[in-house]
Amino acid sequence: MSVMPVVLWTDALIFALLACVLVLVWLIRRQEHLRAPWRVVAQRPMAMGAALVLSAFVAIGLLDSLHFRERLPDSPADAPQYSIDVLSVFDILVGDLRTQQEKTYSAPLAMQLYAKEFVQREGKTVREYPRLKFGGAHLQQEAERVPDITRRSLIGFAQGLALSLLVFGLLAAWQARCSKVSFGDWLAAWGEGRLDWPGRTVVFFVTLLLVLGSVLLHLAPAYHVFGTDKVGQDVLYISLKSIRTGLVIGTLTTLVTLPLAIGLGIAAGYFRGWIDDVIQYVYTVLNSIPGVLLIAAAVLIVQVYIESNPELFDTAARRADIRLLALCLIMGVTSWTGLARLLRGESLKLRTLDYVEAARAFGVSHARIISRHIFPNVFHLVLIAIVLDFSGLVLAEAVLSYVGVGVDPSMHSWGNMINGSRLELAREPVVWWQLGAAFAFMFTLVLAANLFADGVRDAFDPRQGIRR
Amino acid sequence: MKTLLSVDQLVTVFGHGDDTLRVVDGISFHVAAGETYALLGESGCGKSMTALSLMRLLPDGGRIAAGAVQLEGQDVLALPERDMRRVRGGGMAMIFQEPMLALNPVIKVGTQIAEALALHQQFAGQAAWGAARELLDSVGVPDAARRLESYPFELSGGLRQRVMIAMALAGKPRLLIADEPTTALDVTIQAQVLDVLRRLRAEQQMGMLLITHDLGVVAENADRVGVMYAGELVEEGARDAFFAAPKHPYSRMLFEALPRPGDGGRLTTIPGQVPGMDQTLHGCRFAPRCPYAIARCRSESPVWQELNGQRVRCHLAADLPARSERGLTAHAKSSQTNAPLLQVEGLKVHFPVRRGFFQRTVGHVRAVDDVSLSIQAGRTLALVGESGCGKTTVGKALLRLIEPTAGTVRLGGETIDARNAATLRRQAQMVFQDPFSSLNPRMRVGDILLEGMDALGVGVARDRRSAMTQLLRQVGLPDDAGARYPHAFSGGQRQRIAIARALAVSPRLVICDEPTSALDVSVQAQILNLLKDLQDSLGLAYLFITHNLAVVDYLAHDVAVMYLGRIVEQGSAAAVLRAPRHPYTQALVSAVPRIESTIGHDMIRLAGDQPSPLNPPQGCHFHPRCSHASEACRQTYPDPTRLENGHWVRCHWVAGQP
Amino acid sequence: MLAYILRRLLYAIPILIGVNLLTFALFFVVNTPDDMARLQLGAKHVTPDAIARWKVEHGYDKPLLLNARASGSAQLTDTIFFKHSAAMFVFEFGKGDDGRNIGNEIRTRMGPSLAIALPVFVIGLLVNITFALLMVFFRSTYLDLWGVVLCVVLMSISGLFYIIAGQYFISKLWNLLPISGVAGGIDGLRFIVLPVLIGVVAGIGSGARWYRTIFLEEIGKDYVRTARAKGLSEVRVLFRHVLKNGMIPILTGAVVVLPLLFMGSLITESFFGIPGLGSYTIDAIQAQDFAVVRAMVFLGSFLYIVGLILTDISYSWVDPRVRLQ
Repeated sequence: MSVMPVVLWTDALIFALLACVLVLVWLIRRQEHLRAPWRVVAQRPMAMGAALVLSAFVAIGLLDSLHFRERLPDSPADAPQYSIDVLSVFDILVGDLRTQQEKTYSAPLAMQLYAKEFVQREGKTVREYPRLKFGGAHLQQEAERVPDITRRSLIGFAQGLALSLLVFGLLAAWQARCSKVSFGDWLAAWGEGRLDWPGRTVVFFVTLLLVLGSVLLHLAPAYHVFGTDKVGQDVLYISLKSIRTGLVIGTLTTLVTLPLAIGLGIAAGYFRGWIDDVIQYVYTVLNSIPGVLLIAAAVLIVQVYIESNPELFDTAARRADIRLLALCLIMGVTSWTGLARLLRGESLKLRTLDYVEAARAFGVSHARIISRHIFPNVFHLVLIAIVLDFSGLVLAEAVLSYVGVGVDPSMHSWGNMINGSRLELAREPVVWWQLGAAFAFMFTLVLAANLFADGVRDAFDPRQGIRR
Repeated sequence: MKTLLSVDQLVTVFGHGDDTLRVVDGISFHVAAGETYALLGESGCGKSMTALSLMRLLPDGGRIAAGAVQLEGQDVLALPERDMRRVRGGGMAMIFQEPMLALNPVIKVGTQIAEALALHQQFAGQAAWGAARELLDSVGVPDAARRLESYPFELSGGLRQRVMIAMALAGKPRLLIADEPTTALDVTIQAQVLDVLRRLRAEQQMGMLLITHDLGVVAENADRVGVMYAGELVEEGARDAFFAAPKHPYSRMLFEALPRPGDGGRLTTIPGQVPGMDQTLHGCRFAPRCPYAIARCRSESPVWQELNGQRVRCHLAADLPARSERGLTAHAKSSQTNAPLLQVEGLKVHFPVRRGFFQRTVGHVRAVDDVSLSIQAGRTLALVGESGCGKTTVGKALLRLIEPTAGTVRLGGETIDARNAATLRRQAQMVFQDPFSSLNPRMRVGDILLEGMDALGVGVARDRRSAMTQLLRQVGLPDDAGARYPHAFSGGQRQRIAIARALAVSPRLVICDEPTSALDVSVQAQILNLLKDLQDSLGLAYLFITHNLAVVDYLAHDVAVMYLGRIVEQGSAAAVLRAPRHPYTQALVSAVPRIESTIGHDMIRLAGDQPSPLNPPQGCHFHPRCSHASEACRQTYPDPTRLENGHWVRCHWVAGQP
Repeated sequence: MLAYILRRLLYAIPILIGVNLLTFALFFVVNTPDDMARLQLGAKHVTPDAIARWKVEHGYDKPLLLNARASGSAQLTDTIFFKHSAAMFVFEFGKGDDGRNIGNEIRTRMGPSLAIALPVFVIGLLVNITFALLMVFFRSTYLDLWGVVLCVVLMSISGLFYIIAGQYFISKLWNLLPISGVAGGIDGLRFIVLPVLIGVVAGIGSGARWYRTIFLEEIGKDYVRTARAKGLSEVRVLFRHVLKNGMIPILTGAVVVLPLLFMGSLITESFFGIPGLGSYTIDAIQAQDFAVVRAMVFLGSFLYIVGLILTDISYSWVDPRVRLQ
């Protein structure tokens, strides 16, 4: 099957960001004063557990960022035509999850639809809960459902456990070799928490993730684990697809923020005088406009632009993508002020320090003073800001989507899931699974991010006096 | 005398398990009522932690692991927290080093004192307010009734420390613990505050535990002395005996490291640094730095032994060679006279003060007002004055780190202005006060040293690395120091790096801004020796900005004394320090606590504080504090009166003398 | 003091002008009235005629900045800028798409917004401070540790979840309080309780954690040790000394948002059907009613700047070290 790779704007930026992070990691490894605080982070059980959960999310997000279009089967070889659907590697990996679409709502792990319908049975028209096309389709009758689910879960659980034991064994053998102790000694050290990294927590979280993944792997092909939504799509699939949206918003927005905040914040604090006045004026103006309204106004404008230039976007995915990118840009432009203000204050303090005076006494240029003396000494604040802002931005997406100025309605996002299902709570019986899944995924990501951010902040800014 | 406080085998630790730090390790001493016991030691030796242990106010993570503390027979460590609160402030009270930080910034001074009165003497309302006023009166706060309504930030440092003392006295404590009570204060203010403490102790028959690093303060105030080193007490004795003949090698070296008037030779230094608390120590803790140490010192911890009424913990105390008495040798400072290297005429630095609706400039802070001085190559001019007199501003204005308002600076015959700043920077460099803020923590030492050479294009780029190694050797640092970050070095080593940085561009003038005031005495001696060696070998000229007269006496050829932005007296070091003429210089010199016997040394005590440079007094700036002030002093600023040998003074009183 | 406030007020004018120019640029220059008309009319009805009619109806048929056809001062005044942007300086907001006067709407809707936002603010402040003080009192014990973890967990929950779960459980399942709406008089209280409760709970996580950090920083300072050395009990130290200093950043941080309370909360008001400014704004955004959005932008900026000035004034009240010059 031949495919045409599609690089969406956000894909390009995500991978650019990934490259930046890798370069940064390489740089950090060489600088003792940067490496030391990370070692402190690595020793905190909570931060490391959170980091593992985050990396699972990031892995899914990255897989979901490799996009392509499939070739239509009946198109000629010399002038191939490609499907209008933009898929990702992640879609291929989850297999039928994407395509197993039911008619409408169905509860988690159900084998019947949520609503009664008239169906033909043995020539008669009966009003009953129709069977799902895919969910539990292999079962003969309702009574088999619970035992089947239990059996699949147990198999999944056992396989996950076995896999994690294997992983743990390899890890232990490798670690024991690295630190030149016997296997048993290493195990004892691990069990008593005497390692220089939180071994027990890491192993616990790896096991948890593997077991969870394995159970899902066994259940998902046969059931809709989190039910289906109004148009019958698998909620688990939508929730997983939403991860990428959340990550994009949480990271790309900061990417937009950083140059503005760092450049203007340091310039204002270092040069003072009229430069400071102008920058302060700009950020007071931007700050004074209620954020949601500014975002709303800008999003409306982007919408008008997209609608008046339909020829620029060949697929719906591209259209939704450009709106997502615009949202990141806009949120970035409205949210750089906080960090800029912080950096301004810090630069004001740093510029009076003796080592900056000493550099000035040598006639070192401003550019060099900023790059060698000011920036490296505020870098930890930038880092803290990145991790602290992430969770806020993920939460903000939900609210903005609710207001109607968030991501494109066709895009999978937790905000859209919540928005689309909040009125269904009034139904009898309640349709709760879509809301529940969205909140659960969002909560897990945000909690992990917050715990990780806490660890990073404690390590980099022990005084904690700088920001909430 | 009745024993008031007795401390027995006190051990204070931080942390748990393997990470335990023993900050105080088995200390025993006692203080009698009406007696001042001085705990002497360098920073990090555990003297403050001892005091906080007595009060049971250790910071989080610290705890008392063993020992007994008895105040008037009552076991303080066994008291429940409830009763301990009555002891704090009531039984023993404490005053702290930094009065600005130790007072609550948003509560009125009167309320803070009244709070203690209400707690320990059950005064309330008007009665408490009245009692607080009496307390302020008793510690010599002028206009006490009005001061009760002030907030701490409205008071000067000296007044704040008096408030602190008044607050400590509110509970009528039997024991007063004073933790470096005057370290943050200027020398004339220090003299005032120490006077107050001495008087109160005598009046109220309190016991006093005085914690300090300053031998001079001990000499003038203590009855008995205990010397601490690395968490242990190493020597104890009556003041006179101790000062006459210190028995422990550490105490002896402390004395010898002290720069003393008229001493031209090198100072004795104690090699190395105070050991970190995390090091496990065997035997005598001073052994690694002790020149007399024998094998036994390194293996066996010495026990107390008594020698002529003094107690000392040293295996060799009885056998140490007699102390070589350092006589007043003749001035060995080189004193050839050349053409001046630096010549400053009429330097002014004024900062505008803006007020009101349109932010008009309503006045100027005259931080530096018409300062003229000159330095010859290879010589040292000390610029002396108390904090806020503008001496640091002079230094920064010379390097154009602060743009001067007026005045000419000639360096090596060339007039310096904004255009030939590079010339200035090649020829003049600066060493800053705080070795911790003067080195960028994110740069390797090597890069720090190369920065100046790169910026000014000194030498050829490929030679700079070897030049760097050369520099490191010159200031006595190991060759591999260049690859490390500043945090790997102690305060003294950092100051060496800062000196190497200044020397990197081979300047002819180095402006040293209080380069040793953040360092311990033993380390200060190392730095002073280094500066002196560098001057001899490189022919450097120093502008030495300091408040420490002992250092001036040791290092400087000439001295200029500043008061409120102006130089009030200038001349050779011997003339200014030995025979000061300006009343301010006289008071300054007399206020320095001395180790030598103080008999026959009549003290001149200044009243009040240095006024704000924003609004200096009319006429002679010093007249409100001067005992010789006449009508002329209130009217006009005095012109220089020339005395012999280039010594001059700005004072009407001196001018009027024959 | 008076001179200072006057100067700050004068300083506010260029900021409001900046806000005004920015919104003008966003709404009329980047996005021409023609585009707006197209968006509003929908794809089916777009004809040049319809667009022209829409523009006349909304008063957008004038030139942007300079009206060459008019004479005298009308050259400047008979323009979109003057009628729609400059007019806001005298709080003249014009009419919304529904034909109602925006100024009147704002006046009538401020009340209900404040009825929710003010109790949330005041109760939230008290609850957060209490919670933070408790954690600080039990600092470096498990109580404090789990308090912080609880705060992080509370922070990680979406604000929408608090509202949806609150409405579902308290109102729908347990029938304790009305699910949404408003009523006058004493009965109205019953409608206010749930949104206020949810607002307070949703704010505890970040609020209490932040205040805890502030108090912890204060408690490490030297004056606290002095207070203990005086013989004060830990509770007295906390309430008399730490609280007083910690309240400075807390109060001044709170004052900034005080005027913005008038704007209400977008989400809460729309979920609970409260006819306040928040739901007004959200309706306007969803209906793409540009006149209302513009008016709210201006109002919000104005209130924010008032908040900044109040902050400066409150600093000089609570902190004796600050003297306004």
